[in-house]
Amino acid sequence: MIDFGFGLSPSSRVNLDLRDKELFSKLIETESDALKCMACGSCTASCSAGVFEETSLRSALLNLQNGNKEKALNLLSHCMFCGKCTMVCPRGINTRHLILSINKIYQAR
Amino acid sequence: MKNNILIIGGGPAGLEASGILVKMGYNVILVEKEKQLGGHLAKWDTLFPDGLKAEDLLKAMIKKTGGVKYFTDTQVQSVNILNKSYNVILSNGITVLADAVLLATGFDLFKAEKKEEYGYGVYEGVITNADLEQYFKGNFSIKKPKAVGFVHCVGSRDEKACNPACSKVCCATAVKQACHIKEKFPQADVFCFYMDLRMFGRHYEDLYLKAQKMGIRFIRGRVSEVAETSEGRLLVKAEDTLSSKPIKVTLDTLVLMAGMRPSESGYQVGHQLNLSVEEDGFFSTKDTMLSLQKSNLEGLFFAGAATGPKTLPDTLHEARSAAMEIDNYITETFNKR
Repeated sequence: MIDFGFGLSPSSRVNLDLRDKELFSKLIETESDALKCMACGSCTASCSAGVFEETSLRSALLNLQNGNKEKALNLLSHCMFCGKCTMVCPRGINTRHLILSINKIYQAR
Repeated sequence: MKNNILIIGGGPAGLEASGILVKMGYNVILVEKEKQLGGHLAKWDTLFPDGLKAEDLLKAMIKKTGGVKYFTDTQVQSVNILNKSYNVILSNGITVLADAVLLATGFDLFKAEKKEEYGYGVYEGVITNADLEQYFKGNFSIKKPKAVGFVHCVGSRDEKACNPACSKVCCATAVKQACHIKEKFPQADVFCFYMDLRMFGRHYEDLYLKAQKMGIRFIRGRVSEVAETSEGRLLVKAEDTLSSKPIKVTLDTLVLMAGMRPSESGYQVGHQLNLSVEEDGFFSTKDTMLSLQKSNLEGLFFAGAATGPKTLPDTLHEARSAAMEIDNYITETFNKR
């Protein structure tokens, strides 16, 4: 659909046709385990930072896949790298390393 | 004298049971409405979880049925219940006097065109799970897709489609088919739209992990509508319920995972016998735990999806159980041994 630019508020709909696939495939090159996430929420539930500030690796990964980079980085910005999420992940994802890689790849200018 | 056993339905359940009963020494007559044996299995390419060729499995099953008299392209015309036996007239004019009857009438696939919002039969790119298997078998072609989607639960878990139940096999089938598409077209984006992933069987979870590793995207949410773009592609809308956001994506092919409905021809036979069906339309069994192969009629048994959606291994187990129940019944009723 053509956006004529007359909308009063931006659509909140995720348009998968427009998402940035390049950075995500770059992330998968180094962190192939990120694909194994089954959205159980264990990481978010165990997060020490999440008690005070909205923090969720599960949600961040989903936002990256939906092409919402800013939201994803916000969801990880309060991470203290305590590594509790790595201990609870049932898929054995090195979540701590994954967060570092996301920051590195997506924050690079 | 050998007892006559009539088996109605030449799919996996009917074939497996007939092979066993013939080995037990019974005179087995198998009736199949289609021109070839095998039921839905004959129309499938590969099977989950490990990609076994349906054709090879079917050949192996038919090989075990040596000695069974079978009639293809034949239906049951009428059934009369006599004292301890069934008088069955077939559409080819033959009458069978059977001491026991096994209903292995299976299922029909849900008619996907009933879910009008998905546009099956309207848009060229919208196909069903069964169509995709035909494509894998090489019986028709699709042009190289950039993006493919799979819609789980089409006509299942859907009260408006008159089927509130889960069809059990579609999740694993969708994931198997998604992997197959990704193998054929590695550049294509593949999406699975699911509500819950029911990967309950042995090795099924491995299949799911394999699909994830291949980069197949699982979106939790039911597709709400499909429209055609001006380029003739498919605009698909759903909610990504994990992020609570509406989502849209343009696809080239959308595969609808049509669920299991009671077989229409099986229902016709059941109707003549006054067999009761449950609210889901499948035949009711004698009880819900101990006598799953028995009906409320003496000498009439069930195997397979006639009594509800089942996986292929489940169906084969039931066929073997039914063969044993029939053997017990004949021994008790006709004082053999």
